[in-house]
Amino acid sequence: MTHDADVLIVGGGLNGPALALSLATAGISSAVIDALPEDTRESDTFDGRSYALALASVRMLSALGLWDGLEDHAQPILEIKASDGRPGEGPAPFFLHFDHAEIEEGPMGHMIEDRYLRRALLGAMDANPQITHMPDSMVTAQEVDTTGARLTLADGRALSGQIIVGADGRRSGTAERAGIKRTGWDYGQTALVCAIGHELPHNGIAHQFFMPAGPLAILPLPGNRCSIVWSETHARAAEIQALDDAAYLDVLRPRFGDFLGDIHLAGKRFTYPLNLTIANAFVAERLALIGDAAHGVHPIAGQGLNLGLRDVGALAEVLADAKRRGEDFARLDVLERYQSWRRFDTAAMAVATDAFNKLFSNDNPILRVARDIGMGAVQSMPGLRRRFIREAAGLTGDVPRLLQGRPL
Amino acid sequence: MSMNTATQTVDTVDASEIAKFEAMAAEWWDPHGKFKPLHEMNPVRLDYITTQIAAEFGRDLTADKPFEGLRLLDIGCGGGLLSEPMARLGATVIGADAAERNIPVAKIHAEQSGLEIDYRHTTAEALAAAGEQFDVVLNMEVVEHVADPLAYLTACRQLLKPGGLMVCSTLNRNPKSFAMAIVGAEYIMRWLPKGTHEWSKFITPDELYDLIRNAGLDPVDRKGFVFNPIAWSWSISDRDLSVNYVTASIKPA
Repeated sequence: MTHDADVLIVGGGLNGPALALSLATAGISSAVIDALPEDTRESDTFDGRSYALALASVRMLSALGLWDGLEDHAQPILEIKASDGRPGEGPAPFFLHFDHAEIEEGPMGHMIEDRYLRRALLGAMDANPQITHMPDSMVTAQEVDTTGARLTLADGRALSGQIIVGADGRRSGTAERAGIKRTGWDYGQTALVCAIGHELPHNGIAHQFFMPAGPLAILPLPGNRCSIVWSETHARAAEIQALDDAAYLDVLRPRFGDFLGDIHLAGKRFTYPLNLTIANAFVAERLALIGDAAHGVHPIAGQGLNLGLRDVGALAEVLADAKRRGEDFARLDVLERYQSWRRFDTAAMAVATDAFNKLFSNDNPILRVARDIGMGAVQSMPGLRRRFIREAAGLTGDVPRLLQGRPL
Repeated sequence: MSMNTATQTVDTVDASEIAKFEAMAAEWWDPHGKFKPLHEMNPVRLDYITTQIAAEFGRDLTADKPFEGLRLLDIGCGGGLLSEPMARLGATVIGADAAERNIPVAKIHAEQSGLEIDYRHTTAEALAAAGEQFDVVLNMEVVEHVADPLAYLTACRQLLKPGGLMVCSTLNRNPKSFAMAIVGAEYIMRWLPKGTHEWSKFITPDELYDLIRNAGLDPVDRKGFVFNPIAWSWSISDRDLSVNYVTASIKPA
């Protein structure tokens, strides 16, 4: 009955370590099986990736004792401006403006670079005696029975635990090995992601331009830098990605506009094919899925990581509460509490971002007029606008304790 | 050779008995099986019990094995749905059931769970007569089934050490509880076999408080267990004691 760890977490990205740290606060031990080698995780050079942390996610990082070390590297998002646009044209007359001054909780989110968040999680994991971080490790087989769950690694090592958690992304091997099928579709779009430097200050304002090919998000980073996420058709994205840096910027400039002065690249360029992929079940016998392994949504609203951290908070709370009641937390009915908690939220977010993207990613003149009027309508109704802000900040619904900034 | 055969026969008998008890244990503990309603209700029962024990004995529920050192009796233990969590939290648990067939079933499951629990085919009255003493007596959904509630609760008081805690839950007696617990649970939802409960034996919270006082215990708290059929979940209520409810009582020092 003795196991190597209570919970075997497959995936060393962000959600896996966040879950390990959350569980440790409730005295639940874990092993984090990470495909990447230690030095890749520890690298401190900026690779161009960053995240928009909703206020609820920031509160969770505070509850885990990580935010104090991150805050100096984070850029608060003070305002969000959303507008309809076509390359080379100015913004449409109606645009949406969300200002954090409209809700009392403070900035609606923060931008944080991957290198800081990743290393903060890694450092905290390494310092925690309840967590075993296993870098450079691949799972080749998994099995569960009434006595526990077991993983076999590529180098032949075996691990046993009470449950397995799949935090291994959209193409989750954990879900596949458990026979959990997925539902989803391709958006026909690829996201181009990069960081840019610019001449003029951004004043903490995030912009979202809705272009015919897909949305362009401009998210403020510390200093005169921004993170850019922009979508094109698969073919067009591949062409743009193949260009040299100067030609790449030439494509970006007319989309971006000149409101921040001249721009230059400030990190590597990435592409991510956009698809929606939702696991048909989030739990099975002695198994749970979190983050993109459970639900890869369209990153249009920057909600992927935030949804993942909500999974982390919910699963950790369900397991901690069960443990404190004396329940066997590996039981399926305990894990099902996590599934029923997260299922509705996930479906709502998937449908919302999907519909949003379909409405905005086209050049149909009728839709263009309709959405301009719609944006104007939302803009003129403070109550509705405040609801959008609170939604984006992760403050609505049944919020897990950790995401309220409270201990587990 | 003949001895071998004899041993084998005994083993075969045991094996088939054990297989039967294993199947019954699996049934008791199947969250979607026959005892599904009990599994669905169990978290709120455990929440109430653990909170009351922690408050009475100054234990920290976030600690590992917070109930270490406490001797606890679970009356009407069934398959061990409450006994096992209490043992996991560190209590020394004696599970008693008047139905003999439940004992081997509970024992087998505890063994599978790696827990040490002393399950006995006995009654509260018999344990009291033997002079057994406990820090905590769990008396959950039993009092509505006994012939003489006052005699039964008096035995429960005898089983407690001075300052000990009894948690007692039962069903209220009013038109709503008749509709929910008899018509709803037994006839419509088929949660419970027909005839499980006799509505006339249900006890109102005030009647239970009187019974507890007459048995020599001090009632200190009462709450409702409320089922929400839309959310399909149970919660603890300060005010709604109309169907399922629970009480906590202390034996004066």
